[in-house]
Amino acid sequence: MDFWIDDIGWPFIKIFIIANVALMMVALLVWAERRVAALIQDRLGPNRVGPLGLLQPVADVIKLFLKEDLTPGHVNRPFFIIAPALTMMPAIISLAVIPFGASLIIADLDIGILFIFAISSLAVYGITIGGWASNSKYSLLGGIRSTAQMISYEICLGLSVIGVFMLSKSLRLQDVVLMQGDGIWLFGEHYTGIMGKILDWNIFKQPIGFILFMIAGFAETNRTPFDLAEAEQELAAGFHTEFSSMKFALYFLGEYAAMISIGAITVTLYLGGWTFFGLENLGGSFSWLTQILIFAVKLLALQFFFIWVRWTIPRFRYDQLMRLGWQVLLPIGLANILLTGVLKLIFKV
Amino acid sequence: MAEEKTIEAAIPEADEDVLAFEQQVDIEDHMVLNMGPSHPSTHGVLLIILTLAGEEVIKAEPDLGYLHRGMEKIAEGHGYHKFIPYTDRWDYLAPIANNMTYVTAIERLMGVQAPERAEALRVICWEIGRIQSHLLGLGAFAMDIGALTIFLWTFRERELLYDLIERLCGARFTTSYARIGGVDRDPPADWLRDLKAFCTEFPDRIDEYELLLTRNRIWVDRNQGVGVISREDALAYGLTGPILRGSGVEYDLRKEEPYAGYEKYEFDVPIGKHGDCYDRYLCRVEEMRQSAKIILQAIEGLPEGPVILDDYKSSIPEKQGVLTGMEQLIHQFIVITEGPKAAKGGEYYFRAENPKGTLGIYAVGDGTNHPQRLRIRGPSFMNLSILPKLLPGHMLADVVAILGSFDFVMGEADR
Repeated sequence: MDFWIDDIGWPFIKIFIIANVALMMVALLVWAERRVAALIQDRLGPNRVGPLGLLQPVADVIKLFLKEDLTPGHVNRPFFIIAPALTMMPAIISLAVIPFGASLIIADLDIGILFIFAISSLAVYGITIGGWASNSKYSLLGGIRSTAQMISYEICLGLSVIGVFMLSKSLRLQDVVLMQGDGIWLFGEHYTGIMGKILDWNIFKQPIGFILFMIAGFAETNRTPFDLAEAEQELAAGFHTEFSSMKFALYFLGEYAAMISIGAITVTLYLGGWTFFGLENLGGSFSWLTQILIFAVKLLALQFFFIWVRWTIPRFRYDQLMRLGWQVLLPIGLANILLTGVLKLIFKV
Repeated sequence: MAEEKTIEAAIPEADEDVLAFEQQVDIEDHMVLNMGPSHPSTHGVLLIILTLAGEEVIKAEPDLGYLHRGMEKIAEGHGYHKFIPYTDRWDYLAPIANNMTYVTAIERLMGVQAPERAEALRVICWEIGRIQSHLLGLGAFAMDIGALTIFLWTFRERELLYDLIERLCGARFTTSYARIGGVDRDPPADWLRDLKAFCTEFPDRIDEYELLLTRNRIWVDRNQGVGVISREDALAYGLTGPILRGSGVEYDLRKEEPYAGYEKYEFDVPIGKHGDCYDRYLCRVEEMRQSAKIILQAIEGLPEGPVILDDYKSSIPEKQGVLTGMEQLIHQFIVITEGPKAAKGGEYYFRAENPKGTLGIYAVGDGTNHPQRLRIRGPSFMNLSILPKLLPGHMLADVVAILGSFDFVMGEADR
């Protein structure tokens, strides 16, 4: 009986909660993107469907469902059909190892972060295959750009988090969360004052790593300034030029799901995950609800930053992007590992 | 004189370059990409046939004519007066400036001179057109490079300008405000006050755009050293406007051969140093500030008097007179149905500094109410001529940046 409850029942409930929360967040994010963009651009944005336009994503999805699903004659059909799913899937799968609360984690893997990197690298296949199978010149260019970009920034992404794991001495994401926010260790002393607790977050212990991770995260999610793969003004939507209806919607939602997943990883690694200086224990047996709320607030704050950047700065050129990745971020990432090691010895953290 | 020599020297050289390039390129090995005629960043219906090696352009052939409407031929069939609405459709981002240039050319052909107040109002219109056009040019340029917000910010100010234009002449876009011998009507009450308020406020708004772009690392990287046009090339290809000035040539018709009393206003002509996209951007931004300055001066010194010539042979009589006086009514009927006539054999070439560059009108009269020949020299057309030389060697993303920095409009290039 315990087997059915512990290994089948609970995981299903957790998957149900987390998958739904994540998908709700995707919908919310689509709405937030449009509203925040409007705010930045001095206009109103969608405000007609539902209160504050909150039901706009629902209306969008219904519209996309009703659109004709057009498969152009010149495409490579099997790949053309499978490509959009390949983009959406990794983003959602990688949420499996993210701790949304003390017990709200689908799979508490010992090698959580490696699992995430392994899965999120797959996202590029969706874009590359989509671009290639479309059999269109603009799409092909988009696919090629994306491949080169993802490979370069994957390395940077991996290097930037090594510092975090040097400090936490564990690859398990739950350990990383629990290690943050309980007071910083300096010269063998444990500072548990409020400042000590705040400074214990990895964003303060690993500022360089955090910035690198954010930059690489932008590149991984194909967001401005790294949205070269779909560069509307250059490639006319790039890899998804030929897609319509729900296939397009999957790409579209996949991008936001990837944002959620990168955001969730950032919150876990650098911003203390589901904890907030003791607030996470509020609510007794319903504390898991508090924890998931804390997580969601942090995540949304981060997503706001993603959106803010997108509507503020221009896009890189292909060669500039590669130069930034290989000649700037990679050396800094390596130096950060060295620096972390040296500081760890000096401060005895 | 020195400039003329450079032009002669540079033309054969440029042609040889293009020929040599065509021989080097083996088209079979490369991807040919049709950029346009409907592409987000070709600003209308420009088609550029790009030959790509990877992302690098090795050959570019612009293909024009998708928006050709036979404007010059239409002019031959219409009266001088009836052609004014067509001028709105050349550079449709600054229609009010086209009106003024066309009408000034026809006035000179007929040998009439608009009253002073009308001249000052025309200067205001030319500069409004310049601000309008540069605002959209800047917004679209920034959007092409990926900074989407600027586009909507510039539209905020454009909207204010369009409101003002609507109050001035009743239409937002197709203005047709000019008349032979003056302008359509006096600005309504408070219009000058509101325009003044706009122009006083406007430099602050430009500061806002600059805050987002001028020192933005990505923006600078994308534009500096991209699309460099040398001084000699700019002259040889007949480029005009901000593109020519961005290449370091101090040439502005408002200063060189002042018309409509431009010599009375104090303003600077911004000049670039390197001739790259970034300098062209800076030139446009500075020109907007100068335009606002000119408008403020024009409002300050706006003379009193009629806005249209008191010569019924060439100009429409005043509306009040038409409603009450027999003579005015007859003349109004004649001017509207038949239109004013230009002398046989008379010809005139007038050019003005329009937002995109030199807009030249060459008109030949044959004694009737319509021109025997009307030639329009659209600046966008001439400016695009350098693309086959300029684009090769750049990346695909640079093509977009260069097109954005050229700020062309196909209505004017194809006519």
